[in-house]
Amino acid sequence: MNWTTLADVAAAICLLAGTFLSLAAGIGLVRFPDLLSRMHAATKPQVLGLLLILLGLALRVRDAGSAGTFITVAAFQLLTAPVGAHMVGRAAYRTGHVRQDLLLTDDLTPALAAEQDD
Amino acid sequence: MTVVIWIGAVMLTAAAVLAVIRMAIGPTMLNRIIAFDVLIAIVVGALGLEAALNLHSTTVPILVALSLLGFVGSVSVARFAAHEEKDERA
Repeated sequence: MNWTTLADVAAAICLLAGTFLSLAAGIGLVRFPDLLSRMHAATKPQVLGLLLILLGLALRVRDAGSAGTFITVAAFQLLTAPVGAHMVGRAAYRTGHVRQDLLLTDDLTPALAAEQDD
Repeated sequence: MTVVIWIGAVMLTAAAVLAVIRMAIGPTMLNRIIAFDVLIAIVVGALGLEAALNLHSTTVPILVALSLLGFVGSVSVARFAAHEEKDERA
């Protein structure tokens, strides 16, 4: 049991966990009832799965130069996923795709109405 | 390691099929665009899986380009094309 075998085992665990989380994201995408719920499934487990796959890949390819590229890909995903989700959620609200019966509280509608009354 | 990669590949394939199902069903364009984003991320994961199996990192710049592609696509559709007419909703 040397370090390379240990790194390979850790990489295998990371890859399996990452692909399982991607599968969970896919299942959530089909099963959830509303656009905003599907947005949860499309961003949270998907991005974490991708990060775990990249971590497993970095543990397999034990190279410092390509580790910088992996960090770049991970940083792009972490920066762009929230922005994309926010914009889609905003577009969904503005075009009336939000199912009000599935919401517990809705702070935006009264806030926007109060702002328009001013 | 080959067995692990094969199990991961089967799971990613199932996730991709589910994303395509959502892209086919999803009653509005926003559903389809988030399914597209998930599909792009699954392709990125699959490329990473292949690179982990064959111990190379030559395909890693493709991952950068694909991440940007998914993001720009979903932001463009959300910004410009989200408001669709009633009869376009398929």
